[in-house]
Amino acid sequence: MLTVADLPQCELAACLAGPGLVLRTGPFANRIRSDIPQLVDGIALLYADYPVDAPGGFADFHLSLQRAGGLRRFFRPQVCFSHEGATPFQPLPLAQAYPMFEWVMNWCVSHRAHSYLIIHAAVLERHGRAIILPAPPGSGKSTLCAALVTRGWRLLSDEMTLVRLDDGVVLPLPRPVSLKNESIAIIRAYAPDAVLSPPVENTNKGTIAHLKAPPASISRAGETAQPAFIVFPRFEAGAPLTLAPMGKARAFMGVAENAFNYQVLGMRGFTALGRLIDATAAYEFRYSKLDEAVQFFERLARDGA
Amino acid sequence: MKTLPSHLPLLLRVLRDPHAAAGLDAAGWDLLMRQALSAEMSAILLVLLEDAGLLEQAPAAARVHLEWARTAGERHAQAVRYEVTQIGRALAGLDLPLILLKGSAYAMAGLEAGRGRLFSDIDILVPKAQLNAVEAALMLHGWASTRQDAYDQRYYREWMHELPPMEHLRRGNVIDVHHAILPETAAVRPDPAKLRAAAVALPGFATSMPSLHTLAPQDMVLHCAVHLFSEGEFSHGTRNLFDLHRLLLEFGRQDGFWDGLPARARELELGRPLFYALRYCRRLLGTPVPEATLRATAADGPGQPLRALMDGLFLRALLPAHPSCAGPLTPLANGMLYIRGNWLRMPFLMLTRHLFHKAFLSPDAKAAH
Repeated sequence: MLTVADLPQCELAACLAGPGLVLRTGPFANRIRSDIPQLVDGIALLYADYPVDAPGGFADFHLSLQRAGGLRRFFRPQVCFSHEGATPFQPLPLAQAYPMFEWVMNWCVSHRAHSYLIIHAAVLERHGRAIILPAPPGSGKSTLCAALVTRGWRLLSDEMTLVRLDDGVVLPLPRPVSLKNESIAIIRAYAPDAVLSPPVENTNKGTIAHLKAPPASISRAGETAQPAFIVFPRFEAGAPLTLAPMGKARAFMGVAENAFNYQVLGMRGFTALGRLIDATAAYEFRYSKLDEAVQFFERLARDGA
Repeated sequence: MKTLPSHLPLLLRVLRDPHAAAGLDAAGWDLLMRQALSAEMSAILLVLLEDAGLLEQAPAAARVHLEWARTAGERHAQAVRYEVTQIGRALAGLDLPLILLKGSAYAMAGLEAGRGRLFSDIDILVPKAQLNAVEAALMLHGWASTRQDAYDQRYYREWMHELPPMEHLRRGNVIDVHHAILPETAAVRPDPAKLRAAAVALPGFATSMPSLHTLAPQDMVLHCAVHLFSEGEFSHGTRNLFDLHRLLLEFGRQDGFWDGLPARARELELGRPLFYALRYCRRLLGTPVPEATLRATAADGPGQPLRALMDGLFLRALLPAHPSCAGPLTPLANGMLYIRGNWLRMPFLMLTRHLFHKAFLSPDAKAAH
């Protein structure tokens, strides 16, 4: 199967500037168009291993990120996202083109793909067990996710856990892991060989860089996973590692609060979330040392609860 | 100027006849789904394909999207019922007929036009004398005005035909409380008392609520028409035209609907919007309209060369707002209709002042600068 890496960079750029690049991420085909060089570079670096479809078929999402026209070409250039002719978001400074791309890729899924319960959570798999890490921003979810990924865990998703409504399995949507602020240096130190995109400063979330998903996770994007644990992580400087079991009701509410489309799914969302909670053990997890946390997760996945 | 179906955008061809979707290849379905999405008509497309027994013929990938639309549509329908019930409870003590307008009316009356139709606000019509009481009751039950700026408040309260939109603090749903169907400052002002007098009660809803009403069929069509053809903004033009199409198809089967429509339009000073409604529904959607009705409304249309100009504008602006449907003159047509929409809303000097304020003095403008 053709991947992004098979396309010479000039061909990739021509594709993006012309008919669009149809990139496969998990269950979705994304047709991407852009005339922005940083975005071509970012996709070449972080999406090298992803399959590419021939243009002209059916694509799930059509995204266009172009330089804003007029005087904006010369004065404080901007990137503008358009989606089926509408521009749902304000343009951003051109330097933020790549983070914006990742963000709108998430947006396309989270507000439309209602065949899944979509949880704002990282999800990883090891020894056949998937662990869901739901968390509000600032909890250290992505740092933990990135660290685990660099230690051989299969990345299912960093931002969105897709729980299929029909059968409750998790569908992989492995995409680059977003790292913010201090996390960037922490992961660089933790995994010096990891591939990171150039950090982009001054976004509304601070400095952002993306970690490339492991090729093995991408090639196994078609393999669903059984959820085994839901772990609500919290990074707390100096705290000892603790794990506290959560009651089913609290876990249910905790996940519902972190779900993008729980409300939209109505009864089916309630049923799917109930089944997920029944099928998993839920914990609150507090940590301060990444190494300790990674070792702990290894034991959890190997031995079970 | 004749509009051949084969020259129309794909979505319109399928809206006219869902069987036009039957022979599409993957690229065709891709385009159809995208045009429907940009027109916010995905759930309507689902309803049409399902009614025609064509859903099975759609490729699997398109069916997935149609099922997404079904989920969103079902949730929307449920939320509308809930919200209307809450509004009813809030207004229960006021002894007034609660008249639903537009999308919520189609949905609650179980009309064809409500199936798969998504909308963001709930619109109601109440007597002007009870506006303050309605606003106070809604505020007591958690709705609050979204426009705090003094100018905006004045704009709505003195010049418009509605209160500033009110948003529920917890649920975030928005209600527009109207006392008329056109602004106080517009040249044409259909008498709301006539609309209220003809309003139709919906069969039994909750007993603890004021009885729900909708406008009478002819008035509902006329309101839909005046709303669409006085607006300055056409991003939902295709969807709103399709509302008209479905209302006309459904009500057109009732005895006396077509015969009385032109006269009712003139009584409410809405002859021109009805003329446009029938003209562009026929042109773009192939809506069947009796010859007699067409003859009776012909005199309400603009003369040449204005008619040719309006054709040029509306036949562009009413297409789906998708890049695949845009021609070189589409932005110009939209721009001219935007100016026209504001022009119809208020006299020239007032409009100049309003646009000046919006551009340079309002907090939004200052934030943008």
